[in-house]
Amino acid sequence: MKKIEVVIRPSKLEDLKAALDKIDVRGMTVYDVKGRGLQRNQKQYYRGQEHSIDLLPKVKMEIVCQDESVENIISTILKICMTGKVGDGKIFVYPLDRIIRISSREEGGAAL
Amino acid sequence: MKTKWGWLISIAIMLVSVLGLPAMAWAADEPAISSGDTSFMIICTALVMIMTPGLALFYGGMVRRKNVLSIMLQCFAAMALVSVQWVLIGYTLGFGADINGLVGNFQWLGLSGVGGAPNVDYAGTIPHQVFVLYQLMFAIITVALISGAFAERLRFSIFVAFVLLWTTLVYDPLAHWVWGVGGWLRAMGALDFAGGTVVHISSGVSGLVAALILGRRRETGSEPMVPHHLPMTMLGAALLWFGWFGFNAGSALAANELAASAFLVTNTAAAAAAISWAGAEWMHHGKPTALGAASGVVAGLVAITPAAGFVSASSSILIGLLVGPLCYFAVSKMKFKLGYDDSLDAFGIHAVGGIFGALITGVLASKAINPAGADGLLFGNPHQLLVQAIAVAATIAFASIMTFVIFKFLSLFAPLRVSDEEEEMGLDISQHGEDAYNYGEMSSAHI
Repeated sequence: MKKIEVVIRPSKLEDLKAALDKIDVRGMTVYDVKGRGLQRNQKQYYRGQEHSIDLLPKVKMEIVCQDESVENIISTILKICMTGKVGDGKIFVYPLDRIIRISSREEGGAAL
Repeated sequence: MKTKWGWLISIAIMLVSVLGLPAMAWAADEPAISSGDTSFMIICTALVMIMTPGLALFYGGMVRRKNVLSIMLQCFAAMALVSVQWVLIGYTLGFGADINGLVGNFQWLGLSGVGGAPNVDYAGTIPHQVFVLYQLMFAIITVALISGAFAERLRFSIFVAFVLLWTTLVYDPLAHWVWGVGGWLRAMGALDFAGGTVVHISSGVSGLVAALILGRRRETGSEPMVPHHLPMTMLGAALLWFGWFGFNAGSALAANELAASAFLVTNTAAAAAAISWAGAEWMHHGKPTALGAASGVVAGLVAITPAAGFVSASSSILIGLLVGPLCYFAVSKMKFKLGYDDSLDAFGIHAVGGIFGALITGVLASKAINPAGADGLLFGNPHQLLVQAIAVAATIAFASIMTFVIFKFLSLFAPLRVSDEEEEMGLDISQHGEDAYNYGEMSSAHI
């Protein structure tokens, strides 16, 4: 089993959720996050004073899946979230030791 | 013997007639209360009142989220404290019978003798109590304006003491100088229709002195000091604009042509300054901002305050167009060059805009607009500009010295600033034990 963490543009969240739904990926955890990478700082002005905002708002999604689903999920994310410009975000894939569904104590694949 | 009695009788007759004269004159033209003027002035009083909550929103949106309740409560505290002070002592110091041109006497201490009959010296067609209330609202907003300069670091207990001392020792005498019968600036012929010197220069200059005494906020430079809720600031600016109609048009103290003229130039100057401030930003860094437009509105309203009722509509456009870029320069360049931390630009907008307004009144004032006023430089009377400059200089000197003395006096009893930890925690929690936004985040109340 794997955990996929993906950082995306906030504007892509709804499209990505819908696309993942179509390949039967429903479970996820989503956060508002701030981060920085290659994307240029954002300039803000308050009463003429410039503030350079170098932590930009992003959305982070965590998905847990069987090993064989990973490629399909990654290609779906790439299809939806890639604009080709810096700031599109990143995908991280981790191995996962255990999953337990708290309500039923089911473990492993049954808990997905 | 007969002659002696004759003398006594004639003296008695003289005494009776002298004492009786005022009463007879009173009876001859007894001031008539006008229901039109009275209803207008009651509404204007309520309009000026809403400016202080408007200011609370205007300022509240500009501070960081951990200090929003602190600054809004300071505005509300001004409403509560000055309302009581005004009844007890403030009104009589401002508008009681003149003592040497400097201050009013105690004739209306506790508002004794102030009733429904008009005070013919000031407003002969409205109940005296309405005049008292109308003037009260000016006293409230003036001291509340200063809070923008020391936002995010002053201890609340110091604020309370400061409000009471400042409004009594600075505002009340200044109001007397400019508006009181016998006040020395009024006698000299200074034009200040609605309080450019009394309200805006005095509060702005006092704000600068306060900011210098207190020093900078500790997080300046280390974290972005950006407004936490600009829609709140926009709503505040809108309420200030709305209330300012009562402030300026109401300063005619009657529902008449002068009120209409003041209303027209007030709205026009506010609009022109919103355009010129946002336009200056647009040229300077490529984008007009909401905060810039809102700040421009306030700068325009400040600048037209002394001039309203004395200048034409086209003059008010000029005033608005000039004051926007001037105040924009003051808050975006001058403040950082000189290094003082006037948190929300009480000095940069109210003092700079107020000084500009007072001086330009001496240029653009015209008797064609208000025969009771004076002509300015442009209409052949350069002397008026000199009078305006003296009024400005006197206000700056008095307000800055007194504010310095008040803060130094208060610092003998307690520290003026909150501790570093309290400042980092935010004044909402440290001074009031409250958090403005409980949205259920795990780590709230910070920044």
